[in-house]
Formats: sequence, C-alpha cells, structure tokens
Amino acid sequence: MRPGAFRYLAATSLDEVLENLSELGDEVTLLAGGQSLIPLMNLRLARPEVLVDLNRVPGLAGIDLVDGELRIGAMVRAADVASDPIVTGSLPALARAAAFIGHPQIRNRTTIGGNISHADPSSELPGVLAAFEGSVTLKSLRGERRVGWDEFIVSTFTNSREADELVVDVRFPVRPGWSFAYDEVAPRHGDYPLAGICAGVQISDGIVRGMRLVAVGVSDRPVVLTGVAQFALGRELDAATIKELGKVGREEVSANDDAHASSEYRKWLVGTLINRILGNLVLEQR
Amino acid sequence: MNTPQTVKTIQLLVNGAQIEREVEVRTLLSTFLRDDLGLTGTHVACEHGVCGSCTILVDGRAVRSCLLLAVQTDGTSVETVEGLGSLGDLSPLQEAMWREHGLQCGFCTPGILMSIEGEARSGSSAEEICDEVLSGHVCRCTGYQNIRTAIHAYFATRHGS
Repeated sequence: MRPGAFRYLAATSLDEVLENLSELGDEVTLLAGGQSLIPLMNLRLARPEVLVDLNRVPGLAGIDLVDGELRIGAMVRAADVASDPIVTGSLPALARAAAFIGHPQIRNRTTIGGNISHADPSSELPGVLAAFEGSVTLKSLRGERRVGWDEFIVSTFTNSREADELVVDVRFPVRPGWSFAYDEVAPRHGDYPLAGICAGVQISDGIVRGMRLVAVGVSDRPVVLTGVAQFALGRELDAATIKELGKVGREEVSANDDAHASSEYRKWLVGTLINRILGNLVLEQR
Repeated sequence: MNTPQTVKTIQLLVNGAQIEREVEVRTLLSTFLRDDLGLTGTHVACEHGVCGSCTILVDGRAVRSCLLLAVQTDGTSVETVEGLGSLGDLSPLQEAMWREHGLQCGFCTPGILMSIEGEARSGSSAEEICDEVLSGHVCRCTGYQNIRTAIHAYFATRHGS
C-alpha cells in the first residue's frame, strides 16, 4: 500500500502555511500527526492534492496558562498532553483522556489540534473540550477568531474550519472549585471507546452546585447530558443519587447501533460510567 | 514562498550513518527503509498503524514507520532493528528476548524490540512497557507472556550494569 500521488510542502513558518491555504484553499490537506490521515491515504480513502506538513512550523507546540485558560498549541503530541506537568497539574482529566488515545507509539505522533479537528465521534479529546466548554483558535491571512467547541465540531469528521484557516491552539478554561474526570469502556485498551464520559462537578457543603457531563462514542459528536446535570443540582452525591443519575443518563442519551455495540448496550455503558466517575469524584473530594 | 513538490532530496541519519536520497514525497518511511535502503528488518503488515510490526525510532521516539512519509524524516535520526545488534553480537534486549523465548516466528519482533528500546530510554518502567507499550503490538505466536518475561529480564540487566 502507498498513498496516491500528491504534492508536498514542509512549511517552516506560520505565514507560509497561511499563504498556501489562502492561495490553494480546498486543495490543501494539512498534515499534523498523521495518525488518522496517513492510514486514510494508505487505503486511498483520502486523496489530497497538496499536503502541507505542519511538523516544522515553529510556535505551535507550547503549553501555558493564560487568562484562566489552559492553552495548548495545535501540534502538541498526545503523549505530551498526557505527561506534561502543567496539564497533569491543572487539568488531570485531560491528561488521563489523552492517555486513552491509541497506543504509546501512536500518541508519540498524534497531535491535539489534529485529533480535535478530525472530529472522530469516538475520540476522547473533543469530549473533554466539550465538558470544559473549551474553544479553538483559528488563524488565516484574514485574521484570527476563537470558536467554541459546539460551533467547531459539527458532525462525524466535520468541523467548521474555513478552507483558508489553520487551528493554532486549543483552549480549556480552568474552572476553580470544579473536579473533572474522564473514563471510557473499549473492547481492548487502546481501541476506540464504545462509550466514554467526561464529567465535571462543583460541590460545596456536600451539595452539587454545578455539573457538566459529556458522552463520546454514542453519536456523531460529543453529547452534553443536560438532564443528568439538572437532576444533580442541589442534591448531595450519595450512593442512591449517583445510582439514580446513572439511570437518568441512560434514559437521556440516544446511542448509535453499530457492529461493535448495540444502542441499548451503549446506553448501559453511559449509565455505568456515570456511576463509576461520580463515585470516584466524590471519594476524591473526601 | 516554497512551492509544493512531488520529489524531494532528504538527508538523515539511519542507524548513525548519514544518508542522502531523492524520494517521491508519497513514499512511506517503511517503504523507503525496506525498498530504497534495503533495511528489511523493519517489517510491514497492516500498513495502517494497528499491528506495530513497522515500529522504529525517529529522534528516539517509537513511531509507526507506515504512518510517516519518508520526506518527514529529513534532518532526523532514524533507528531500525539493524542498529540494535547483529548475529553473534546481540544487544542486551535482543539477548533477553532470545533467552526467554520471547519470539517464535519473529515477524512482529523487530517492531516490539524498537518500541521497548525507545520506551526504556525515555524512562518507562518494565511494568509500564509490559502493559502499555506491548498493547501497541500484535503477536500471534507467543501469547505475550515470554515477551513480558524478556522485558523484565532486560530491565534486570540494565539495572545490573
């Protein structure tokens, strides 16, 4: 197997990328980590005309905290998201979710910008971005704009990037007083999850003041489970409530049927994951 | 502004030797190593990143050579199984795999060796390598148990030296 013919440019500056995108538009396919794109090219499911490689572009691989947000450069590798002390210190749920992506040999290449832009419905990071109500920064010769996850991730393998734009970073608001966690169920570790949940709770005096719950792997994009969050508000997360929340989640979510799992099974997984994650979050708070 | 090309000349280190070659940009790194450089120790099976057979090191990190283009390695240091050791002069890891029967047919072995080598250098523990790193490889002969034993044996020699 080998990819079909294309033209290739190893861009060495952001301007060079943006100029090519501006000039060639839709003809350009951007190469980040390549762990989804190259398999698609090997199988000839993707036939790019021009491949612009981002791996030598400086300035796209930083991790820092700015204005209450964790800003991660689009070309930061999943392996580094999983182990970087700033990420593990400020957003451990994100680090944990990144460690679920494929295998170490894949995570050494996978990038956060590529992963989120690819918008695979089973992918972990778009779900975490949704749970944090995060955003991406898009740059073009026309300027720069911030787009919330909800507008950016449209559907399966579809995002709202314009043809002349580049995702330069991904931002996760740090939410003081909140605890987040990610967990999933996959046939084998490293496989795409049948279902995954990213949950965040804000608890004071033992009472739930805020909750965000997002499911991945069940629909064409991350699904925010607002019913569960509503139900939890004002309650104490005791064993009976957590059990009930799992049930609410199971009933709220409408899940895909496919060769890997039935809709009914995925719903049960969502309920089980809610129970497991919230139980652990409560234990951590004690 | 540089323009996109279909052929490019690349310079890289392969197992420590400086190489310069003209490559078609669509050539996969695995194809380049095997067909252009004759380094057939890097095996190719699934060619979409699942099986782990083609794993090599690029700048010390274990990656799938079927998911990289050869042009992407311009200016890097690439290490393949040929750089580890040779018949009669096995590396400590190869020696451990041989002693512990960590292979049978041997098809998956070069990829597994390179993954273990890369992760061991980056400071991973034997246990992490057994569980995490080995999950990135498909072996149909051994059932993995002897590979795990070999990893522990290899780490024992590393700490002993």
